[in-house]
Amino acid sequence: MIALLDYGSGNLRSAHRALVKAGAEVRIAQRPQEIGDARGMVLPGVGAFDDCVNALRKQELLEAAREFIKTGKPFLGICVGYQALFERSEEFNSCAAGLGIFGGSVVRFAEKPGLKIPQIGWNQIRLARNDCPIYRDIADGSYVYFVHSFFPKPTDAGIIATQTDYGETFASSVWRDNVFATQFHPEKSQTVGLQLLKNFVALAG
Amino acid sequence: MLAKRVIPCLDVHDGKVTRGVQFGVAEKGGLRNVGDPVELALRYNEQGADEMVFFDITATAHGRGTMVDVIERAADQCFMPLTVGGGIKSVDDMYTMLRAGADKTSINSSALANPELIRQGAEKFGSQCIVVSIDAKRVAPDKWEVFSHGGRKATGLDAVDWAKHAVSLGAGEIVLNSIDADGTKAGFDLVITRRISESVGVPVVASGGAGSLEHMAEVLLEGKADAVLAASIFHFGTYTVGDVKQFLAKKSIPVRL
Repeated sequence: MIALLDYGSGNLRSAHRALVKAGAEVRIAQRPQEIGDARGMVLPGVGAFDDCVNALRKQELLEAAREFIKTGKPFLGICVGYQALFERSEEFNSCAAGLGIFGGSVVRFAEKPGLKIPQIGWNQIRLARNDCPIYRDIADGSYVYFVHSFFPKPTDAGIIATQTDYGETFASSVWRDNVFATQFHPEKSQTVGLQLLKNFVALAG
Repeated sequence: MLAKRVIPCLDVHDGKVTRGVQFGVAEKGGLRNVGDPVELALRYNEQGADEMVFFDITATAHGRGTMVDVIERAADQCFMPLTVGGGIKSVDDMYTMLRAGADKTSINSSALANPELIRQGAEKFGSQCIVVSIDAKRVAPDKWEVFSHGGRKATGLDAVDWAKHAVSLGAGEIVLNSIDADGTKAGFDLVITRRISESVGVPVVASGGAGSLEHMAEVLLEGKADAVLAASIFHFGTYTVGDVKQFLAKKSIPVRL
């Protein structure tokens, strides 16, 4: 059973359906008590960093997510749910502190002539390592769906699982121990995304 | 490399996909019923569509209720990005559609009537959720005016100025629909598409006028659009999404195959 954290994020339903399609049993959790004995956790997200972190804190899910990560069970953050794992964001003069699971901050794409921000659409992921379990059966160079203006800059480059080029090279996903997180939306990335979720669900067992 | 997107657009009237020949035809009973939105969405999903736009052309209270159901059903089966437009007038309306499974909401007349809606939506959901759709008509050799209410009401606004203003308020994407070209299959309006694309820092989706594969390539190359949106050529089976992408790839335009 996978706990899907519901703090009002817009993509909850899509994430839910995609996880079910990937073979998961899903429990939507709005409070820490509802996480129960979940074997995996997904933190979906879309929109603004501060909104996400503040809503999580209000529902006491921020601490719950941190505690869950400590158990060593698989955790997946998506988009803003990825960004929330870092220390802080530069978005709209953000003042909320993220989970701080990973060192580094969330930054905006640097303005460049002709570079459209947000990045909206399908871009390729370059596998930075070949042992990340959620990329099993996913080819290097696969297209996945992005929609974002910000991305985290990990202080430890060792956690980078994939890289993507958009004006600059950024960490499109990270992995350390039991924590996985993607800037792109696996729930919107058709077969590649479903494969990733399947791999995650398999880890949660 | 970020791929150029090919986006089928589904005009939904009372739960059915319809297609008028040109702006304003809906009222005259000139709509052709082309099928069930979810069935069509699944077909385009299989053809490799990069995204889908559902446009509620009834936009009545009843129609909106139907639309939520359409989006939920489409989102349950197509694991791809969905945009919803038509009749969205408030941040609550946006939230309803996002929760139903939409990734982006598109506003047009309501943004013209209340530009603050763009800012409110962007602050609440992020710019990437807020698409501003612009219906533009050439009113002088070098001037395009914005029309509201499905192309019926002149606003006096210059299309380039309005696009820039919308982006400054937080719009994360512009859909540019040429009233002159829409439904004609004679090609996109390349001039205004390029002008707007070069004037704003967000992606521009070209809409209105797609009739051939060459038109699609033209508007991406010369028009500098980031994506192409089309309805009739897909609904009536002239081309599949796959046909379009194969053609674009041959022209060395980056697409997701």
